[in-house]
Amino acid sequence: MESVNLETITIAEARRLLDNKEVSAVELTKKYLERIKNFEKDIDAYVTVTEDRALEDATLADKRIGEGTQTNLTGIPMQLKDNICYSGIPTTCSSKMLENFIPPFDASVSTYLKNENSVLLGKGNLDEFAMGSSTENSALKSTKNPWDTNRVPGGSSGGPAAAVAASECVFSLGSDTGGSIRQPASLCGVVGMKPTYGLVSRFGLVAFASSLDQIGPLTKSVEDSALVLQSIAGHDSRDSTSLDVKIPDYVSNLTTDLKGFRIGIPKEYFIEGISPGVEKSILDSVEVLRGLGADVKEVSLPHTKYALAVYYIIAPSEASANLARYDGVKYGFSEKDAETMWAGLENTRSNGFGPEVKRRIMLGAYALSAGYYDAFYLKAQKVRTLIRQEFEDVFKNVDVLAMPTSPTTAFKIGDKIDDPLQMYLNDIFTIPANIAGIPGISIPAGMVDGLPVGLQFMAGTLQETNLFKAAYAYEQATDWHNHFPSI
Amino acid sequence: MSEQTDLSVEEIRQISVLTRIAMTEDELDVMRAQMSDILDSVAILNEVDTENVEPTGHSVNIKSVMREDQRQDSLTQDETLLNAPHRDGSFIRIKAVLE
Repeated sequence: MESVNLETITIAEARRLLDNKEVSAVELTKKYLERIKNFEKDIDAYVTVTEDRALEDATLADKRIGEGTQTNLTGIPMQLKDNICYSGIPTTCSSKMLENFIPPFDASVSTYLKNENSVLLGKGNLDEFAMGSSTENSALKSTKNPWDTNRVPGGSSGGPAAAVAASECVFSLGSDTGGSIRQPASLCGVVGMKPTYGLVSRFGLVAFASSLDQIGPLTKSVEDSALVLQSIAGHDSRDSTSLDVKIPDYVSNLTTDLKGFRIGIPKEYFIEGISPGVEKSILDSVEVLRGLGADVKEVSLPHTKYALAVYYIIAPSEASANLARYDGVKYGFSEKDAETMWAGLENTRSNGFGPEVKRRIMLGAYALSAGYYDAFYLKAQKVRTLIRQEFEDVFKNVDVLAMPTSPTTAFKIGDKIDDPLQMYLNDIFTIPANIAGIPGISIPAGMVDGLPVGLQFMAGTLQETNLFKAAYAYEQATDWHNHFPSI
Repeated sequence: MSEQTDLSVEEIRQISVLTRIAMTEDELDVMRAQMSDILDSVAILNEVDTENVEPTGHSVNIKSVMREDQRQDSLTQDETLLNAPHRDGSFIRIKAVLE
């Protein structure tokens, strides 16, 4: 028990300790709850800590381990981003609109984790409705980066990334619409993975932009990322966009041998605006990959520069439709003191949503409105086709692409919050994967002035095995994943 | 998509009506400036030749599927109404729609 070091513990290591009865799930859970108590005042990664639920889950997990029927995630203490429904536990989306919402049902991913008797420690903070890149848009609290608490953790899965980095859970699930798993993973120095669109069920994930949203893991290692994806991937009849495909064994395909493995370096991801420290870390990483035997070549994706614009038409358009449901009638915040039904509705939405959410709803409504639809929404959908085709073409010649996750390391809290356009640029390297529906992963790949740098890989549709292969080989050849913040 | 987008306060007011988000005059003005900037930045798409390009709605090819018509459990009425802000027995109470 004394030998358990929460900083370094991965799912794989916790599994070994639990299975060998060196620690019980209840003991491990109590250690995490204690750590959460000690560090939350500085980090604010959790919206809700579910202590009772966690101890109950852990007790069930211990029983199962005693019977020898445990699975990969049995007894593993974890967190869920607070836009993923879990029956009976508040799901706030870090919005005043849903501050008191208690879902009467589980997201499919919650059911999968429950079926394995994973331990829910609580719900992770996010930018309101997952709209943002710093978690400053949370209406409930602002999460701090464990590497420097004056800096943002990234976003929108800032709570999950900070919680994993600060060892306040073994793993967390986030959601990624334009980079919301990978960018905070990069800024917090953890592994964040966005699966192929449709690989993981979105049932019970509060909708933001339905053609882009995807749930994925935030973990301490690439092996853990593969383990969690193994548990949550698969067809779900409750999500009409869920893919009905055979799920490969991600973990057993991990290898450190990259001989003959083709890695493309897209020159459009090394542009003006990228910080010199980040650029150097990524170029150094490319040399590491070359040293592992990979066949590294420069490639070109000329439509990359349009991805951000495509995103800022499509995502707000879909958001304006998805968030029309918040009317103060069926659930959520409701402004009581209005004279009429319409005034009540307008005041509910005015006082229930924060500035970024309002901005995106209105931008989307504008782009979809009569007279502008062809010029904005339809145009963006056509450019989306070109971006997709360009990725399809490049993956005929390479197995993965390697590039930075974010143009900079973590920035100071308050630095970009008043300038939406500057904030949007944080996602310039992650958005193209969502536009094309392809998988991406960010892994620790350097430190600049005491702050982590993330290396991103993207692979073709359903080529997660290639993604993990590149990430695992790099991770095992370097020491960046063994750096921990001193908090 | 013009080169320099300059939305008017009236246009923003109209969108606030359409989206049912009440806004003060100051809020309308801030939103006008920010939305104009964002629309300016997306005008870059005008450079792209999209003649004869089909639009992509979803990145995966989705086909409609039908499931077997089997009885399934659903939420109870109580569970469904659990989060209603103004519940009245088995109903949800709202202000009069027609006056």
